[in-house]
Amino acid sequence: MNYYSKRPLADIPQSAAVGSRVPHESAVQHVTGTARFTDDLHSRHTDVLHAWPIQVFVVHAKVDAIDTTAALEVPGVVRVLTAADVPGVNDAGTKGDEPLFNDHVRYYGHSVAWVLGDSVEAARRGAEAVKVDYTELPAILNAKQAIAAQSFQGFQPVMARGDLSDGFDQADHVFSGEFEFGEQEHFYLETHAALAMVDESGQLFIQSSTQHPSETQEIVAHVLELSSSQVTVQCLRMGGGFGGKEWQPHGLAAVAALGATLTGRPVRVRLNRTQDMTMTGKRHGFHSTWKVGFSNDGRITALDTTLTADGGFCLDLSEPVLSRALCHVDNAYWVPNIRVAGRIAKTNKTSQTAFRGFGGPQGMIVLEDILGRVAPQLGLTPEELRQRNFYVPGQRTPYGQVVEQSERMPQIWDQLMTSSEFGARRAEIDAFNQGSEHVKRGLAITPVKFGISFNLTAFNQGGALVLIYKDGSVLINHGGTEMGQGLHTKMLQVAATALGLPYDRVRLAPTRTDKVPNTSATAASTGSDLNGAAVKNACEILLARIAPVAAGLLGVAADDIRFADGKVSGLGSDKSVSWEEVIKAAYFQRISLSSTGFYRADGLHWDLAKFEGSPFKYFVYSAAVSEVEVSGFTGAYTTRRVDILHDAGNSMSPLIDIGQIEGGFVQGAGWLTLEEIVWDSSDKESKGRLATQGASTYKLPSFSEMPADFRVKLFEHATEPGVVYGSKAVGEPPLMLAFSVREALRDAAGAFGDLAKSVILKSPATPEAVFWAIERARTNTPAEIG
Amino acid sequence: MTDTAAKASTRKLTVRVNEQDLDVSGVAGHTTTLNFLRDSGLTGVKEGCAEGECGACAVLVSRPDGNGGTQWTSVNSCLIPVAALSDQEVYTSEGLADGDKLHPVQHEMAMRGGSQCGYCTPGFVASMAAEYYRPQRRSCADICGSQSCGSPENLENSPAQCATDHELGANGFDLHALSGNLCRCTGYRPIRDAAYALGEVPTDDRMAKRRGQPAPTAAPFQLQHAEGDFVRPASLSDALDHLAGEPEAVLLAGGTDWGVELAIKHSTAPLTIALDQLDELRTLTQADDYLEIGASLTLSEIEHRLEGDIPLLAELFPQFASRLIRNGATFGGNIATGSPIGDGAPVLLALDASLVLASQGGERVVPLSEYFTGYRASVREADELIRAIRIPTPVAPHARFYKIAKRRFDDISSVAVAISMQVSDGQIRDVRIGVGGVAATPIRATDAESALEGKEWSHETFAAAAQVMSEVGTPLDDHRASAAYRSATAAQSILRFFAEVTP
Repeated sequence: MNYYSKRPLADIPQSAAVGSRVPHESAVQHVTGTARFTDDLHSRHTDVLHAWPIQVFVVHAKVDAIDTTAALEVPGVVRVLTAADVPGVNDAGTKGDEPLFNDHVRYYGHSVAWVLGDSVEAARRGAEAVKVDYTELPAILNAKQAIAAQSFQGFQPVMARGDLSDGFDQADHVFSGEFEFGEQEHFYLETHAALAMVDESGQLFIQSSTQHPSETQEIVAHVLELSSSQVTVQCLRMGGGFGGKEWQPHGLAAVAALGATLTGRPVRVRLNRTQDMTMTGKRHGFHSTWKVGFSNDGRITALDTTLTADGGFCLDLSEPVLSRALCHVDNAYWVPNIRVAGRIAKTNKTSQTAFRGFGGPQGMIVLEDILGRVAPQLGLTPEELRQRNFYVPGQRTPYGQVVEQSERMPQIWDQLMTSSEFGARRAEIDAFNQGSEHVKRGLAITPVKFGISFNLTAFNQGGALVLIYKDGSVLINHGGTEMGQGLHTKMLQVAATALGLPYDRVRLAPTRTDKVPNTSATAASTGSDLNGAAVKNACEILLARIAPVAAGLLGVAADDIRFADGKVSGLGSDKSVSWEEVIKAAYFQRISLSSTGFYRADGLHWDLAKFEGSPFKYFVYSAAVSEVEVSGFTGAYTTRRVDILHDAGNSMSPLIDIGQIEGGFVQGAGWLTLEEIVWDSSDKESKGRLATQGASTYKLPSFSEMPADFRVKLFEHATEPGVVYGSKAVGEPPLMLAFSVREALRDAAGAFGDLAKSVILKSPATPEAVFWAIERARTNTPAEIG
Repeated sequence: MTDTAAKASTRKLTVRVNEQDLDVSGVAGHTTTLNFLRDSGLTGVKEGCAEGECGACAVLVSRPDGNGGTQWTSVNSCLIPVAALSDQEVYTSEGLADGDKLHPVQHEMAMRGGSQCGYCTPGFVASMAAEYYRPQRRSCADICGSQSCGSPENLENSPAQCATDHELGANGFDLHALSGNLCRCTGYRPIRDAAYALGEVPTDDRMAKRRGQPAPTAAPFQLQHAEGDFVRPASLSDALDHLAGEPEAVLLAGGTDWGVELAIKHSTAPLTIALDQLDELRTLTQADDYLEIGASLTLSEIEHRLEGDIPLLAELFPQFASRLIRNGATFGGNIATGSPIGDGAPVLLALDASLVLASQGGERVVPLSEYFTGYRASVREADELIRAIRIPTPVAPHARFYKIAKRRFDDISSVAVAISMQVSDGQIRDVRIGVGGVAATPIRATDAESALEGKEWSHETFAAAAQVMSEVGTPLDDHRASAAYRSATAAQSILRFFAEVTP
């Protein structure tokens, strides 16, 4: 043990680079158009082949024959890749249910083979010339049909605590209902892309827009029957990921790799937007049935619910998504008696996958929707009903984890109620609504409690490689990927802090599997926790080696050496030497100047079979207040003001963390109020077709959905012990703050009628959905609620 | 082929991009500017959607400012065949910095957290730069002399007379300039702050100086390519000759519809005839009893030149797609494409507009209400083009345009309703209601018009007309809206008119 490895993970030294408002490390390249993305790279190579998928436009069919003769006659077409070309395992995933080249069409537009051409045009025309014979099969188009047909896949977990019948016996009010909502498209601005080539040494090198390079590597290796050591995957950066590039890039990289291996030429795969939307997975839509009991004073006594995730045609990440959904049904609320059953519908749709929040939002919405619906029937304001049910210290989640720091929830809530002037604005809005017949305003506050860590304990590890060159320059590598969330910026801050160097003295190399192996996906908000601790660990290992050298130069004990601002000094000594001098001396003393770093998040355990344990390192707490204005003529709305108070621990990088909070919030508002995936549910030949397959039909938030007045603050004095520099994860939790927009819309819709009535609001609460809620309020249509 | 075009075809064609000439002599008529730029190594220009919805491909183009100078105009490069930019000047995000010194737009975006993943950023930079250089941009300080409100942090304290709100910065930055750019990461607030933090344009700025010089002329040319020719005719009559010679020719104005066909449906045409720079189609004239708008004027140009003179058009423009689209889109194209959900037609129907159709045989004037014959079909013959739109003046004093869509900026209507009428002595006269989204073509809501015409201005009248309006057309259920919602909001538009208009 030495001084550098004894310091608690959360301790921040003086003059640290962490905690400062630095812009994104690639900001200058972004704004000058010089930041390269995966599909910007192929023009640097000659002889590149372009790939185009052969999509079959029928919802479910058995492929009888694929005739590629005509395609091969199209000028510029070089080869058609089919299942027969696969030397290894024909699976784009790890579960054996997702063939890379298909003999079954399992959703409308499923690809069965790929054409390689000298140009994109040639490949496309080749694909048009391929003839696919198939026999149509009966299809299951949505979760409800799957439930009716008992078409499920994967596990069917049940999370339970207490005694439901006791809970319902204690209830003064029992309500039940059914709730469902569709998928959300990631709509990362950069569609999926990969570029594969056989490099100078004969090894496969793949540039991929992937959140999980190690798994991309693993899939490519099994498809090609290679060892992982023969495949290198690099991810420069992604133009947005949001979970959509956690699993889905693998098969596309494998197509490029297979093509490169068979032809000896670099192969580029890039999905255009239509292909990306019709071929890749989305946030799971869910169906739920629920029954809930409340006491007269508004406390939840029991909740019984069944969540059915619409998984699409294969498992993908549906099981862990469902796990997180179950683990987040409670959100911030104590539910003494609870049973949550989960299952995954198998339907003829794209394979639904990870998306920021990873099931958490889909679980939370069930109880948040219930609270919003029933508050009027309990004679309470929604904010009062929510607050009464908050966890208190010592209580456990339904899966048995102690809700540590649960006191933060009411603290945040109270501070936000005050800072947002909730009470005064409530009165103002009521007055406004009194005087306004056709336009109403609504106000709501909602909480978030979100568990941080991968549910599966093993994934909670991070790796890094830090290199110090003899000129004193530092190059860091880590296992995480950059998708805009600012992870690389934070890792530079961590390394600079740990080494006592100014921020701009550290460089970062692109994420590659030959630098850091066996990495976990950059997902579950854990990127900076896991990789940051690993980078810090590598730096501290190096400092422990360098300190004795400095000690020799300065004549003090090694444990008394301090590194700060690029200088090395000794405690109680006014002498110092430069970082460069020490490094140079270390080199000549034959001290190793590179080190890996590693981190495992401790204290975690999870028993999937019992659905019990302490899977999360900690919880993130947050709350938001939203105010909306709704037109009674159309149901269209604007978001007038949003106040957020968010617990980011000691924010590692405030500019970036605020960006994550705001961006996550708006993305959540998109999911809840705007973004509507529509599948053709007719009986026509187009059944199962994605009707919203472009930006013209699938609307994500634009400037017009930005809150006009957006006030985001970080919760203060929030050091998180046991996490790198006392920070907390920030990627996913803010998305769920957008429940406040949905609840404000419900509030505004209710203002068109009798506020004592329950308002039922579809999700997403598009202008049309809000309009129908208003119509029900105006015409006093009874709420369909038990 | 005419003599002019034959001569023109021999010259070398270039586009000046970031102050360097790029050769476009060999391109196909359907090669988009986006693909051309990326293939030329300018990979800062991104494809996000390939249908003009996301703005990741936005670039700046030199266009006439209407006063003899040049306006830096932002457009979607994914929609414009690069041949159409021959002789023009283009800037991409790569060309804006001055050596190592970031352009002010780039600096504000970078330092304020305006980029996260960075993929949409070059397009935002282009759109923001266009607004930065917009000659009419006037800061709060310019208008009222106040220096106190020039920062985004101080927005809410801005004096009321500056008319700043969250969509208009104290520096005169109109947020609608960014309505065609999508960002999936930031939630937009830092981008807005970057936009509102921009200062005055320094007089020695090279792009500012360029504004004082005329825009490049668009000399006629013809490009021949195995996959489709492209011609910029010398005159209207030259254009009509080409059209008569090739009935399958595509007429190109702003490309905001044809560009989508190119990029999404991979369409090609044997001949593309560029009408965007034809003088005869770029006039705006007031005759005794009508206003004539050239079919190739862009909506942005019309908006700027009318300065609110036709209130119904002034209501339409900010709701019509996005600034990026309006900088290319024309009424000629909007009507010619014949979409039942286009926003132009309902408004022009309510304005009782007519179309001037030109062919080699001469011109004829067709009322817009008689123009559409079916889904994307019209009375226009294959050898005819729309030369101009005529709007009778003076226009009716009471008019409103209601667009029902999921999103306030840059969306396609579920239903669009334009209502225009006179009210004298409490009586409703000259009612015209144009509706989109409820039938195979844009239509006049004649039954609802009848329910209002000659009636008394009263709630009862409008409630009865709304009832009639709920039966308008034959709306469909689709991915944008249900038929029931379309009918309900069409009816609500009548009630809304009554609520909002004071006769």
